[in-house]
Amino acid sequence: MKVSGYGLALPAAMLVLACSVNAAAVDQRSRHHPAPSLGGKVGYCTDCHGASGQGYRGYYPIPRIGGQTSEYLENQLRAFVERSRGQSMPVRLSKVHALSPAMRASLAGHFSDLEPKPFTRAPRGPRNLVAVGQKIYEQGVPEANVPACAVCHGPEAAGAGPNPRLAGQLYPYTVRVLRNWTRERGLHASAQGTAGVMAPIAQSMSKDQIAAVAAYLSYLK
Amino acid sequence: MKLIRSTLASLALVFTSNVALAGDWGSTSLGERLAHRNCAWCHGTSGQGFATAPRLAGQTRQYIENQIASSRNHMRDNPKTQAFMWGVAALTSREAAVHLAEYFSSLSARPANDGNERLTAEGRALYRDGSPAANIPSCVVCHGPNGEGRAEIPRLGGLSYRYLKRKLEQWGEGYHATALVPMPGIATKLSAGDIEAISSYLSFVE
Repeated sequence: MKVSGYGLALPAAMLVLACSVNAAAVDQRSRHHPAPSLGGKVGYCTDCHGASGQGYRGYYPIPRIGGQTSEYLENQLRAFVERSRGQSMPVRLSKVHALSPAMRASLAGHFSDLEPKPFTRAPRGPRNLVAVGQKIYEQGVPEANVPACAVCHGPEAAGAGPNPRLAGQLYPYTVRVLRNWTRERGLHASAQGTAGVMAPIAQSMSKDQIAAVAAYLSYLK
Repeated sequence: MKLIRSTLASLALVFTSNVALAGDWGSTSLGERLAHRNCAWCHGTSGQGFATAPRLAGQTRQYIENQIASSRNHMRDNPKTQAFMWGVAALTSREAAVHLAEYFSSLSARPANDGNERLTAEGRALYRDGSPAANIPSCVVCHGPNGEGRAEIPRLGGLSYRYLKRKLEQWGEGYHATALVPMPGIATKLSAGDIEAISSYLSFVE
């Protein structure tokens, strides 16, 4: 049977439309879906990330996003959806962060404007590691080819543009991220972006060095 | 004599409030003794729960301590808590709560298995992924992949379907448990069908 290229496009498009409508219908079966609103989405984010984006120590450490650079937040939200980040937890991060590009931008802007007080219950690292961590942060570990973090993340770890703010990040989160970098970040060669920069650095750091830097950062305001 | 008597009286108050410990219990812990004497009536002799009194066995220590505290200060205010736990908690000192929590958390837990088996697949999906379209977060992130809980976050795996369902409904009805938890906002977004599915699923989780 000879079918023109155009002739297949319309049924194919209808099939795609039908499938997506069906998926939405199943999801809507038992609950009321308001139109996506920024307020509703912010509430959804803060359910896990804390009322002012300060993070929370759930079963998994949930990072502080308040005061984060908006460019970094947008990049991460896109990375989740593109699955170049976060494939190693039994939570489908690509699904829970499913957002339209416009919503990503709005949320990134919202949370980057927040300046939450240090989270009093935030798990911080051992105090006795802070001095060592500060030295690594400011001077790197030359013998291990680890550059000073301050060079990209700023002298006060406030971050800039795509380089995230690290100040005040939860200790167990920072430790987890650095230890698991190559397993969880830059998972597509094509989508590596700045995640690729961190891979050799994270891999060159020992567990003790990671713990020390994470501890230092957890106390920064 | 007066000093000894008043010291003994203070100790008794600290550990047992108005509860007398009679008999020789050998090497059982204080927590176990207190539990058998005071809690077993409702929560079962092995803490597995009974009727509306939830399973305490295998629950996280911090959560148990927090619920006793919030029953004492009336932050936890659903009807059954008011009817039973407010009185109990008023008589339970902080010391006793620590011992009880340590004891119950050490017990192995049996799943209630009283949910609707046909809803477990739907419940598991909702528990794992939430529903972003309805702004319902994933439960796994805080409660763990098998409802294990952690620190002040309760273990949910294997709790009774009837208990979980009422708890989730009650947040929607405006009742509270402890302060500073995101649960009221989250539970309010769940539909009746969501609650049935999640509660059923969790009741079977080991």
